[in-house]
Amino acid sequence: MIHIKRLQEDNADVIVLIGEIDASSSIELDLAIAKSVGEGFSKILIDCSSLDYISSAGLGVFMSYIEEFKDRDIKMVLFGMSEKVANTFSILGLNELLQIGKDKVQAKQMVNEL
Amino acid sequence: MGVITWLALLFTDISIVFSSVHSMIKSDIPVWLPGVLLNLFIVSLFYYYKFKIERDEILNFVDLLWRVFATGLVATVISLSLRLGAHLLGQTKLTTHVVFLDLIYMINLGLMIGFLVMAFTAWKRLILYQKSKWLLRVWAFFEIGLLLSLLYSSFNLPQVQWLYVTMLSIFVLTGLVLSGNMKWVAYLNFRQKWTSLLLLLLTIFYLLYILYTNSKLTDELGKVSPYFTNYNNHIFILSLIVFVTIYSIFSFLVILFNLPTTSVFEQKLEEVVNFQRISQSIQTEQNEESVYNILLETSVSTVFADAAWLEINERGYRLFTYKINDKEAHDIINHLKDHNIKGVLDQSSDKTKNLSRHLAQLRGSRFRSILAFPIHVGGENIGTLALLKELPDGFNKEMTKIVSTYANQAGISIENFRLMEEALQNERYKEELKIAKTVQKSLLPQLLEKDEDFDIAAFSESADEVGGDYYDTLRMDDHQVSLIIADVSGKGTTAAFHMSQMKGIFHSLAQHCIEPDEFMIRANQALVYCLERGSFISATFFVINKETKRIRYARAGHCPLLYYRAATGTAEYFKDKGIALGMVRNKSYRNFIQANEFTYAPGDIMVLYTDGITEAKDAKGEEFGYERLTAALLEIKDGTPKEVQDHLINRLYEFSGTKNINDDYTTMIVGFK
Repeated sequence: MIHIKRLQEDNADVIVLIGEIDASSSIELDLAIAKSVGEGFSKILIDCSSLDYISSAGLGVFMSYIEEFKDRDIKMVLFGMSEKVANTFSILGLNELLQIGKDKVQAKQMVNEL
Repeated sequence: MGVITWLALLFTDISIVFSSVHSMIKSDIPVWLPGVLLNLFIVSLFYYYKFKIERDEILNFVDLLWRVFATGLVATVISLSLRLGAHLLGQTKLTTHVVFLDLIYMINLGLMIGFLVMAFTAWKRLILYQKSKWLLRVWAFFEIGLLLSLLYSSFNLPQVQWLYVTMLSIFVLTGLVLSGNMKWVAYLNFRQKWTSLLLLLLTIFYLLYILYTNSKLTDELGKVSPYFTNYNNHIFILSLIVFVTIYSIFSFLVILFNLPTTSVFEQKLEEVVNFQRISQSIQTEQNEESVYNILLETSVSTVFADAAWLEINERGYRLFTYKINDKEAHDIINHLKDHNIKGVLDQSSDKTKNLSRHLAQLRGSRFRSILAFPIHVGGENIGTLALLKELPDGFNKEMTKIVSTYANQAGISIENFRLMEEALQNERYKEELKIAKTVQKSLLPQLLEKDEDFDIAAFSESADEVGGDYYDTLRMDDHQVSLIIADVSGKGTTAAFHMSQMKGIFHSLAQHCIEPDEFMIRANQALVYCLERGSFISATFFVINKETKRIRYARAGHCPLLYYRAATGTAEYFKDKGIALGMVRNKSYRNFIQANEFTYAPGDIMVLYTDGITEAKDAKGEEFGYERLTAALLEIKDGTPKEVQDHLINRLYEFSGTKNINDDYTTMIVGFK
């Protein structure tokens, strides 16, 4: 079960993920990101501080946007991951492909620097 | 038997009568014999009809009445022809002779008894058509009482007036009570009632005629000889006469008075049959269209509508019509729509009147009343049934109710049909999954490579659905063996499909001595074209070289390798860089993958696994994790690969408390020697 909140801060769209992302709830994550892109945001922050678990399907959602974001010059930064969630990202090697910040402040910096 | 007893009766009676007239001839025959013979005759007839009529299952009510009528007819015709014969002979010595008179009387008596017993048996069937315990008891009392009275009259007991009167009145009363059972009449249709009336009328007529003839004959005979067998004192015959006559007359009257209401009963019966047709149509026809047609047809015939249509708005617009063309129907529909009437009605009659009033405003329409019903399938309105009449106020409340039940039932039938289809679809889907699962199982190797340097054990289990875990081994040359473990993201048939692609890639690339990083780069290149958006495969590929005692490997996003070194007695995870296959879909993937190398020594254990192991949860939701896996390995560090594997799996089951882990989990253990 996942609960997704969206709020706008400093020209960036912050997507807050609360709960667990498995195969079925990954669709909601996909929809949320697609909506944000559809609304024209070029800076997207993903708040993972309340994310307890993410399955490979959820990781697949982030992965699927990497090339599209590169082409369209959209910046996405994830932040606030627990050690367990961060481990999941790093095992698959996604930490090398995605921008991952420590906290919101760092994430905002990263999104503006990029 | 009946004929023999009758002949015997005839003979003895004639001889007694004859001897009584000619007193000089002494008769040797006892006076009581004719009475006994008469009773034997009655009993034999009684059982004859009992077996003939009661056992005959096919007889319907009209057939039964027809049999009684036919018997009556035959009896009357014979009796009449005897009379005619006597009349033709005129007042000769013969016709007035006592023997001749007795013969005529005996024939008539036999006919009458035959007719009565026949009618009695037939009436019994009618009365007992709808039995109750009480009715059966009364009838048994009546029948047994009558037979006992036969027995009583067989012995030449002295006639006791009060006993005689009491018995007779009891039988007459019982007969009257039994005559109240007329339930069979309700099951006759209009035509059958008319036939029954006619048959009963004639039966009554024959009955009266035969009674009259017999009483006249007894009078005549009584004048000549007092010693003949007179039925006037015979309780059985008298009771039977009364009962048969009363029941015939009752039946006649009841049918007569039931005639006007027959059509209502018939209609009710038809409604029930129609209702059944609608509910069963779906099983027999297997088609929604036929349900609509039956609904239309039955509704029209039940309420005698002049025209009707059935509008279905779901899965494409459809209009079924009856005696009305599409244009006319659309005119009415549009007219009602224009006046903003929500055409679909509830059962309340007020709205029906309103609808009809609006219909009256439509010029050029021949219809003056309309009744409309929604058809609901699974709580959703899928269409409207409309019935039309040329008469104003043509539909009453009863009609509204019955058609509404039809519409509901049709909805239920269609819903059932759809549920059934859905269930079948699910069944098919399950079947497909089963096939996919067998395919997936067959993709895993039956035999693993062996070498003098190492042994391998592997284990794989998937959740209810089809999993995407894959492992395999392949010998490259006499000193090199390659190993792979992979996990396809997602589950189900697509996962199994990608797994088979992975197997193809492994078997084609690993045949040549390939470097692990090169293997991953090429595999990624091949998979880019097959993996859909968001799908990827994590894998680790090993090449074990026996000559150099070295293992070269590349990790593409797969769970880090757990390695136990016998030399130090410690186990560690090899966490090095590598991105899963399919994550980067261009040439730059080369930058994200690297080959690594280490040496092995005897006693070392290499544990390959998928995330189903480390992510397995216990009741509290905590994951099995890397520490527990390491701990479990250290507990059995001296075991064979098979022993290590069994121990790890057991620890996993102990931890999660179940053997049904909701994920795919796979291990491959390599033990070096």
